[in-house]
Amino acid sequence: MSNQAVSTTVNGDPVQFVCDPRETLLDVLRDRIGLTGSKEGCGTGDCGACSVTVDGRLVCSCLVLGVEAEGKKIETVEGIAEGPNLHVLQEKIIEHAALQCGICTPGILVAAKNLLEKNTNPTETEIRYWLAGNLCRCTGYDKIVRAVQAAAEDLRKAG
Amino acid sequence: MAFDTQTEKQFKYIGTRPKRQDGVDKVTGHALYGADTYKAGMLHGAIVRSPHAHARIIKIDTSKAEALDGVKAVVTRADFATGLTGENWNILENIMADKTALYDGHAIAAIAATSNLIARDAVKLVEVEYEILPHVTDIKEAISEGAPIIRESSIEANVPPDHHKNITRRFECGKGDVDVGFAEADLIVERDFTTEAAHQGYIEPHACLAHMTADGKGELWCTTQGHYNVQRICAALLGMETSQLRVTASEIGGGFGAKTTVFIDPVALALSRKANRPVKMVMTRSEVLRATGPASSSWSTVKVGMKKDGTITAAQATYRLQGGAFPSAPSESPAQVTFAPYDIEHAEMVGLSVMTNRPKQAAFRAPGAPMGVFASEQVLDEMAQELGIDPIELRLKNAAKEGTRGVHGPTFKRIGLIETLEAAKAHPHYSIPLKENQGRGVACGFWFNFGGSTSVSMALSEDGSVALSIGTPDIGGSRASMALMAAEVLGIPYEDIRVTVADTASLGYNDNTHGSRVTYAVGLATIEACRSAVKEMCKRAALKWGIDEEAVSWEDGYAKPSGPNAGDFEPLPLKAIASEMTKTGGPINGHFEASPNTAGPGFATHLVDVEVDPETGKTTVLRYTVVMDAGKAIHPDYVEGQMQGGAVQGIGWALNEEYVYGKDGRLQNTVFLDYRVPVASDLPMIDCVIIEVPNPGHPFGVRGVGETSIVPPLGAVANAVSNATGVRQTDLPMSPPRVLKGILEKQKANG
Repeated sequence: MSNQAVSTTVNGDPVQFVCDPRETLLDVLRDRIGLTGSKEGCGTGDCGACSVTVDGRLVCSCLVLGVEAEGKKIETVEGIAEGPNLHVLQEKIIEHAALQCGICTPGILVAAKNLLEKNTNPTETEIRYWLAGNLCRCTGYDKIVRAVQAAAEDLRKAG
Repeated sequence: MAFDTQTEKQFKYIGTRPKRQDGVDKVTGHALYGADTYKAGMLHGAIVRSPHAHARIIKIDTSKAEALDGVKAVVTRADFATGLTGENWNILENIMADKTALYDGHAIAAIAATSNLIARDAVKLVEVEYEILPHVTDIKEAISEGAPIIRESSIEANVPPDHHKNITRRFECGKGDVDVGFAEADLIVERDFTTEAAHQGYIEPHACLAHMTADGKGELWCTTQGHYNVQRICAALLGMETSQLRVTASEIGGGFGAKTTVFIDPVALALSRKANRPVKMVMTRSEVLRATGPASSSWSTVKVGMKKDGTITAAQATYRLQGGAFPSAPSESPAQVTFAPYDIEHAEMVGLSVMTNRPKQAAFRAPGAPMGVFASEQVLDEMAQELGIDPIELRLKNAAKEGTRGVHGPTFKRIGLIETLEAAKAHPHYSIPLKENQGRGVACGFWFNFGGSTSVSMALSEDGSVALSIGTPDIGGSRASMALMAAEVLGIPYEDIRVTVADTASLGYNDNTHGSRVTYAVGLATIEACRSAVKEMCKRAALKWGIDEEAVSWEDGYAKPSGPNAGDFEPLPLKAIASEMTKTGGPINGHFEASPNTAGPGFATHLVDVEVDPETGKTTVLRYTVVMDAGKAIHPDYVEGQMQGGAVQGIGWALNEEYVYGKDGRLQNTVFLDYRVPVASDLPMIDCVIIEVPNPGHPFGVRGVGETSIVPPLGAVANAVSNATGVRQTDLPMSPPRVLKGILEKQKANG
């Protein structure tokens, strides 16, 4: 199959690329656009390390084809901070030592941000079920859940 | 390096919880892991794997693959060194089959092409002719009559001839006379237990970028727990000089032991050598599960004798560990570890390593210990119940302490087992009432901990900031711990120290990040490297003041005149000494190299409450408390992280995780959907209690904490499920169908 040209928006920037129709959005983000923050842990949509949003919807980018990005707005972990200012979730992940190796962190951040955009007052159970698609093998999730709770509290205070 | 009592009460930085220095890189997606680098002209590598569990390789025809547009190189075993022996031969045999495919997923050939898609297309074009051989994947079947013999030449000399030919190693340890011990017992219990293989399950698959150039030099970027080890093994397998290969460790996305060896790195180097271009290789998750090492599966037999008051009179056990088609299953570990927490006069332990047609087992956090403890801690639990003794009291009654000679041989110095038991007993968790279908489990665990060869170097900058170079990949926040220890010795802020994991050409040899050794051994080396720089700084101050260097002391970042000169001169801060260093004698650096062997043993007690649904057999973990002796917690957040992470990996191993092989010898659960590690919604918060009984062999008292945390949970969860259901859980995983079967059988037996 011949390569296809795609125009899309990634973290607010207009982006064009050419890809094989078999390439996933994750392949394209990493290998064509150079955004390696999204990780491939499984390639089957089970681990969530490749989580991004497409037009605001949380997806595993390993389950989306690159060509499907045409005309869409993609947000990745690289777009969460505003310049030098970290997002409160990023701050809380660091403060709470909610990462050890850090490979799951980009996906956790993208997924948790998506949750807090919908609900700034999630219960512990809601956080745990929302993040159930994001595997972390290092932390046992305790500190991750606490970091998300702390970020939510800050967001509520900021109102 | 003895414990430095003077520092005990004066810590300024140790024990605080500053932000890790690689935090921003890791929350913004900029940290570079194994698969995150690229080189101009880079090719992509992919591996042809055996679909058979055991087969003779008759012919490999790569002509169609080589004819595909974009394919630049194909390698087979013929492209690697010959004449290797010992573990180097085993590793080569595992990463690229020679005459026989030994397990489903065994590498047969590899291809480098201009894209990943072309490389994977080309894999499908390689035609391999196999003669299928009989196989065995189950540990009990492997040592039964009629099982195919995997490799008789691997049997070690001390294995008696009457043992099955798939038993390659026999290890024994113990003390006293178990016959005497059992004769003294009022109660004897003997049980059999099995556990399945569990994968380390790091989220980052193995990945590397290799570049061999025409002059015979090589560069390798890879995700690893030890780049010096990668360098040594790859050089041997490629037949090159070690120093001609420079290895740089990427950020590492989890390892838990399995990234202490190599799988694809030598293959990528061989492809690069042949194609004369850089080659990147990244494993898929299926490849990780099929062809990298999980922990051993096991079959244990444990017999314990006890007096009515709970005193253990004898312990006897045989631990059989399956390590795949290679002779390396760590069967000596459960033999040494499982009864080490207890003061037992008569003990006899045997470990047997068993070969099957499975991938070569790899280290997984306290290798061999969790499955042994699953067995021993359950027998103790059953006996405590039989005798009507509280399970913590039973353990306290027999607990090892300073001066106890362990069943594995050594006599313990200062250890903290009793402190963990007392803290668990006093914890509110232990007195929460349980409801119907709920059960509580207690288990203790021990791990040796390790020192290992270590080199550390620090360099002072003219502005007074410090660069610290270590050679152990940072897998869980160790750069933060090193910076804290350096800050403590130098007396400068944590933020003024930048810690880098140096490549193999920039720092002397370091053993892997393994054996719970980094905070202990690399920490010790960091302290000593900084102390050597402090000595030099004192010398420079002495020179300036015209006094003896012995008359200068170092306090909180300042050189101060002491003794008869006390108060004679204004103290000199580190920054002032640094700014003048090039004029006062040259650069000021510190370094330290050693192989410290004073690691303090680690002990832990775990408490867990579960609820088992009697209709489905599903277990829910209600609450979990980890009590562990850390010696001295340098950065308590990351100590807790080790405690929580180890406990949760143990919960997964106990309840969900297993390798499922079909009758055809093929692995049936090769994706995370089917190999189910714990997810956030499976778990409660994991409570931590850090106990600090200083290790007498470290200046600040540090004990390793990475591995002990996974030793008790299999036994603790099994005790909890057994107590919730009234059915002793002898086999892992305690999946809902298995637990339900036990419940139904019990109901039937009770009428």
